[in-house]
Amino acid sequence: MQAFTQHTGIVAPMDRANVDTDAIIPKQFLKSIKRTGFGPNAFDDWRYLDKGGPDIDNATRRANPDFVLNQPPFDKATILVARENFGCGSSREHAVWALEDFGFRAVLAPSFADIFFNNSFKNGLLPMVLDAETIDFIFKAIAQKPGFEITIDLETQTLTMEGYALVKFEVDAFRKHCLLHGLDDIALTLQHADEIKAYEKKRSQETPWLF
Amino acid sequence: MSAKTLYDKLWDAHVVRSEDDGTALLYIDRHLVHEVTSPQAFEGLRIAGRKPWRADSVMAVPDHNVPTTDRSAGIEDPVARLQVQTLDSNCQEFGLNEFVMSDIRQGIVHVIGPEQGATLPGMTVVCGDSHTSTHGAFGALAFGIGTSEVEHVLATQCLLQNKSKNMLVSVDGKAADGVTAKDIVLAIIGELGTAGGTGYAIEFGGEAIHALSMEGRMTVCNMAIEAGARAGMVAVDATTIDYVKGRPYAPKAKLWDQAVAEWQDLHSDAGAKFDKTIHLDAAAIRPQVTWGTSPEMVVAIDDVVPDPDQESDSVKAEGMRKALTYMDLKAGTPIKDIAVDKVFIGSCTNSRIEDLRAAAKVAAGKQVAANVKLAMVVPGSGLVKQQAEKEGLDKIFLAAGFEWREPGCSMCLAMNADRLEPGERCASTSNRNFEGRQGAGGRTHLVSPAMAAAAAIAGHFADID
Repeated sequence: MQAFTQHTGIVAPMDRANVDTDAIIPKQFLKSIKRTGFGPNAFDDWRYLDKGGPDIDNATRRANPDFVLNQPPFDKATILVARENFGCGSSREHAVWALEDFGFRAVLAPSFADIFFNNSFKNGLLPMVLDAETIDFIFKAIAQKPGFEITIDLETQTLTMEGYALVKFEVDAFRKHCLLHGLDDIALTLQHADEIKAYEKKRSQETPWLF
Repeated sequence: MSAKTLYDKLWDAHVVRSEDDGTALLYIDRHLVHEVTSPQAFEGLRIAGRKPWRADSVMAVPDHNVPTTDRSAGIEDPVARLQVQTLDSNCQEFGLNEFVMSDIRQGIVHVIGPEQGATLPGMTVVCGDSHTSTHGAFGALAFGIGTSEVEHVLATQCLLQNKSKNMLVSVDGKAADGVTAKDIVLAIIGELGTAGGTGYAIEFGGEAIHALSMEGRMTVCNMAIEAGARAGMVAVDATTIDYVKGRPYAPKAKLWDQAVAEWQDLHSDAGAKFDKTIHLDAAAIRPQVTWGTSPEMVVAIDDVVPDPDQESDSVKAEGMRKALTYMDLKAGTPIKDIAVDKVFIGSCTNSRIEDLRAAAKVAAGKQVAANVKLAMVVPGSGLVKQQAEKEGLDKIFLAAGFEWREPGCSMCLAMNADRLEPGERCASTSNRNFEGRQGAGGRTHLVSPAMAAAAAIAGHFADID
């Protein structure tokens, strides 16, 4: 997993609540057996005017000029800001892979759906919960100055941007540790293999029908 | 000892170890696997040289991509075919139990787990699919996970989790005739909102929930995720135990008696503390129809499409306007005046035998309306299909002009050939009405099986008599 320490980048505005994972990566692209290559089809239904599919070359398709991520400077954005309940719906981790593959390192929203939130941390994408007032400020700042940048420092859990006081954000200690170091959490769990085996032994006596 | 909720009990019984920050390593009893969210997880195992920790905990099945028409020629789409073949070869390589496409037991993962008795009360059940909450109907802790977590469970039999808060949704009193589990859960989502359950595990209780069959409870728990809750659950009672008894993977003989004795405790204790409780009056719930692009955008059949100008929350009002444009609807239109192009009866929400019986009852002796281009019934599993055929339901549907298909996820998410064309409007018994969910540009209205059948016959939404 790609570590996340500090990041500065352009913020793209997606002024919608309930951006669901079907919108982030439509179903026809879930047939892939790989983790990579989803970026060109992130937000596919909104991003292109004509039909797409795993067998269709995106270069032959007409981009929707009204879609924010097709407009410079947002086509180079690495941070996305949106409204409530970002990432709701399907558990597809492909949504996170698509955002990452597009180039996003962080998503800022007042709230996230639980599964998307979890999936993000497993892939080095930082989902950041900010209060509605801060989110409103960011939308306004981008409207005034497209190309508006934000600096995120995970170690100090701070967000710096022009015209606004330093923002402290919350992140779970364990997740922060894994993200800062790009750690594989399977290896960390396997350090407790003896405890898992002891649990299984006890449970197989108490509830033998489960084993 | 202090009073515990059902969720507290299930959680506590599965904690292997706890970290100082409250993160717990949670043991997983049953891991359901399908073709879409698993290939990258198996690849991860191979790259790291790891083996499944407990192969016997896994039950795998292809469901999202499988065709619902004649399967003797295999899957036509080469990309989908490769994904299903990849599941087959991964299960062979790692020694995992899989019901392949030609197996009579194949079906939607959330239908076959309970059907086989692979989902049991008191278990932790996970699957790389958000509708895993379905299995909570059995007094189990069941939730959807991403592909990285699929790999984590395969490799360690555990997941790192933070405990959710407790919510009780109590549906009090009796529901009227014709009001089904689907109507109840849509009404709950209408009340809670799509994010109202975020961060919570929801226990569904009250007289109207306990009056439901297991099929009905599965429908309710299935859609907990549409209210934002990863897990939904119902306490164990005689209905639960009667359903599980005698199923292929359920315990037998002495172990059965021991298990049943243990399961008696799978309910919230009197006085258990919930962080949030909401009450709904079952008698006030009418058959429901969604009008927008989020499951919370729902009204009763005798209602009209709501007006965004009446909404005080500006973000919400803007969402409603976008939804009306996408759905090509005008505020104030009676729901019964909305005509449909296609009808889909199926999905992990509503494809079990009881659902098909309810739809067949409405369709019996009638004809699908001329303006409906396609009305399809997709059973949840090969065994549901077999049972329905034994009862003659297939004949009823076929005589009325419905198509009778092979089991799979089908037009719920349209990964296979079953989908809406741009602009088409569908009465669907599935769980999501998001933009493009059933096909790019398609317009989905979520309803119960009986309401879907009624819409097919009338050609527009109609109340069931």
